[in-house]
Amino acid sequence: MYYIDPHIHMVSRTTDDYETLAKMGCVALSEPAFWAGFDRGTVHGFRDYFRQLTEIEPRRAASYGIQHYTWLCINAKEAENVQLSRQVIEMIPEFLSATNVLGIGEIGLNKNTKNEATVFLEHVQLAVDHQLPILIHTPHLEDKYQGTRMILDMLRDFTGVIPGKVLVDHTEEHTIEAVLAGGFWAGMTLYPVSKCTPARAVDMIERYGHDRICVNSAGDWGPSRPTAVPDLILEMRRRGYSEFAIKKIVLDNPLEFFQQSPNFRVPPQRIGLAS
Amino acid sequence: MVSPQETFSGAKIKPETPVLDREFLEIRALILQLAAALDRVDRNDKTSNDDLRMERICAGLKVVAERDGAIGDRAAKVQLIFSHPYDAHWRTQFEL
Repeated sequence: MYYIDPHIHMVSRTTDDYETLAKMGCVALSEPAFWAGFDRGTVHGFRDYFRQLTEIEPRRAASYGIQHYTWLCINAKEAENVQLSRQVIEMIPEFLSATNVLGIGEIGLNKNTKNEATVFLEHVQLAVDHQLPILIHTPHLEDKYQGTRMILDMLRDFTGVIPGKVLVDHTEEHTIEAVLAGGFWAGMTLYPVSKCTPARAVDMIERYGHDRICVNSAGDWGPSRPTAVPDLILEMRRRGYSEFAIKKIVLDNPLEFFQQSPNFRVPPQRIGLAS
Repeated sequence: MVSPQETFSGAKIKPETPVLDREFLEIRALILQLAAALDRVDRNDKTSNDDLRMERICAGLKVVAERDGAIGDRAAKVQLIFSHPYDAHWRTQFEL
């Protein structure tokens, strides 16, 4: 089955992974800017990273017939450094005309601090100013509930934010309901130990419906499975869902969300949506 | 009004195997893994009884074992046991 992985960090993955994803049916993916495993020291480090996201990865993906899209930001872990964050936010518009940039992301919170919230709000302003979609990281483990609620508070009160253009990612059983109730898109990340399993993701789809929900692998440099979306496809088949219903989750929904970005251009013929 | 759950269940093209039939062995295996892991903690960490994490584990296990009043909601309840509480006045504290 054709599918889109809306959140995967391919700079951390091998070229063999691109080949595997292509064989599994992945036709497009999007790669939010994130933490490299260490705090970068200067804005120049981010400029080089954004070049990798907008120039290098699209070429690597294209050689396997996969379209590569990206989201730009300074991630929540590095946002504790407000001065550096402001330099990065000021530099981001240099890259917004790149043909694979979908929007601003993955912005969010990590430890739910004042500095993180300050930088989050400045990123949201950047997205609103450029009328771009937003992809949001919610914190891990014990910080997720509080952080997700803080993010929803900030978005709800922010003039110019259109909930349907915002995907709040890494939702789990205790956060998904508030995200959907706010009119936002909810992402579920299929990731070992700290996030969600394919079975739990299907449970949440059964509880909360199939609209405004996307699933992703968030494959990165940590223990993770870049093929986690096909794992969910298998779980849905195991439970007896039609191919039509599965396609809605793994292809139609990310298409609907991404199409709000002016740079999204997956040809319908490529994925069987038109003859 | 049709609930999202009913709408999506309509997307099933074949009758589902009864869930307990499908999940029983896996649930059994998960309970055994939990029991063995907690035995391991007891054998190797004599101070674990005073650890807040053990309190949370025990509270979570109580929710898992509920037979009434938690239908379909155990996972969210367990998540909240392992979560920091939300303070609706956080912005005042941060002066944001």
